Amino acid sequence: MHMLADHPERARAWAMPLADIDVSKGYLFEQDVVGFYFERLRLEDPVHRAVSKRYGPYWSVTRYKDIMAVDTNHAVFSSEARIGGISLAERPRAEMFPSFIAMDPPRHDEQRRAVTPMVAPANLAMLEPTIRARACRILDGLPVGAQFDWVERVSVELTTQMLATLFDFPFEDRRLLTWWSDMATGDPDGNGPVTSWEMRLAELGKCLAYFTRLWNERVNAPPANDLISMLAHAPSTRHMSPDEFLGNLILLIVGGNDTTRNSISGGLLALNRHPDQYEKLRANPALVSSLVPEIIRWQTPLAHMRRTALADVELGGKQIRKGDKVVMWYLSGNRDPEAIEEPDRFIIDRARPRAHIAFGFGIHRCVGNRLAELQLTVLWEEILKRFPRIEVAGEPTRTRSNFVHGFTAMPVVIPARIG
Amino acid sequence: MPRVTYIEHGGKRHAIEVPVGDSVMRGAVYNGVPGIDADCGGECACATCHVYVDQAWLARTGAPGDMERSMLACGADTRPNSRLACQIRVTEALDGLVVSLPDGQH
Ligand code: HEM
Ligand code: FES
Repeated sequence: MHMLADHPERARAWAMPLADIDVSKGYLFEQDVVGFYFERLRLEDPVHRAVSKRYGPYWSVTRYKDIMAVDTNHAVFSSEARIGGISLAERPRAEMFPSFIAMDPPRHDEQRRAVTPMVAPANLAMLEPTIRARACRILDGLPVGAQFDWVERVSVELTTQMLATLFDFPFEDRRLLTWWSDMATGDPDGNGPVTSWEMRLAELGKCLAYFTRLWNERVNAPPANDLISMLAHAPSTRHMSPDEFLGNLILLIVGGNDTTRNSISGGLLALNRHPDQYEKLRANPALVSSLVPEIIRWQTPLAHMRRTALADVELGGKQIRKGDKVVMWYLSGNRDPEAIEEPDRFIIDRARPRAHIAFGFGIHRCVGNRLAELQLTVLWEEILKRFPRIEVAGEPTRTRSNFVHGFTAMPVVIPARIG
Repeated sequence: MPRVTYIEHGGKRHAIEVPVGDSVMRGAVYNGVPGIDADCGGECACATCHVYVDQAWLARTGAPGDMERSMLACGADTRPNSRLACQIRVTEALDGLVVSLPDGQH
């Protein structure tokens, strides 16, 4: 995020009446200026009520410790899709596909338990060679001395290949996964390639049909180490309804797609904007292990998660009413100086780099967090073996979304290979 | 000071003196015992301080609270003797406590 003290938007953020501040507007993210508003809210109104034209009234929670309080109080702050779900944007009722990220206990716990073995340490160790081989192929194919789009050639391609690996999805069809992910997170208001709700529903219907075919193949085969086989064989998920199956698929596709993709792009940008840190990394590649969580903090690829209050409750001195929408701005929590030392600096050798809130906390804490770290670790290890520098060659373009915090394009140049 | 023994997944043992009042998680993190990540800093919110309490000590470490039970219910490879180390407070009565670590925290 821009944090320049003399940026004109900063003056605007501080001059505006507090009551008018509405951080849900997509352009604030697209122009990378939302941080100025978060800065003010953390200081002056950390639990802030706003009325959005699009979403109606909602609470913005911007301090790390208040976000933690919401995230760990799942008995009061519900994720349930039927009463609102996990993002500010609510889908038309018929558009909602249930998945455990948007369920409360006990259903949440049962379904989550079916998926966790996939990302157990032993499984990650098994996946690593494939991840590495695919990362190497992509990196070896990059042009040297000519400008290209990092998002397209690396971030999207690598995460798409990763997803194909996780699902054991037909490799030649892998771009469908990205397409469906864009359909799932998009809306007709300018978020991604979705042009109408009907189109979105039709495309997701194709997604369901494709995966149903894979499911039918795998349910009749012996259990294997891919996510579909796991869902098809686990007692708690094998009898899912088609809607539920689609919901969980979308969860895994989206969960493992935009997030990792935008961390890959955001990390390269951060290193370019902090050349001293890039230098430090080159001098000591072992720092990749603390670089990776710092990239995830810095980017915070999911800007928020939303909850719905199941009861009246006090939060940070404000009275929240039953039924209110409560938005945890992880992007703000990860810039809170009360929780993170010098939060506006990108520092690749922090003492406790994983003490960030980008994966959420509490019972919904990201299932894929170690997998995401693994992908980024492998990528940066292999980049450092190949290229002295990768230079961002112009302004990146950003997603116009208050949810998926990322990039649509980022021009880069690789001046030379090592050796 | 009470002594807590941490057994890494690979079998390596670390006997650490932990001040009364500190958590079993802190004892590990402050003394560089690998295998406990404690991403949330002891808020019972990340489950990356998961340990298995030695059967002989289960009665003395007590039962997990509600939030801890919720976190364990979603966790990987949890067993009846699973606990979150940040929720076990060290007392004189726990002198000699033995806990084993899982094969990874996530
Ligand atoms: C840097 C990358 C990632 C970030 C920042 C991220 C972030 C998050 C966040 C904030 C949540 C919490 C949702 C909530 O509290 O409501 C979450 C949940 C989840 N993530 Fe991730 N994620 C990442 C990568 C992945 C990957 C690679 C996967 C694929 C396996 C994944 C799968 C999931 C799932 C299944 C959940 C739902 C967990 C639950 O509700 O119990 N994520 N993620
Ligand atoms: S340190 Fe996070 S749950 Fe114990």
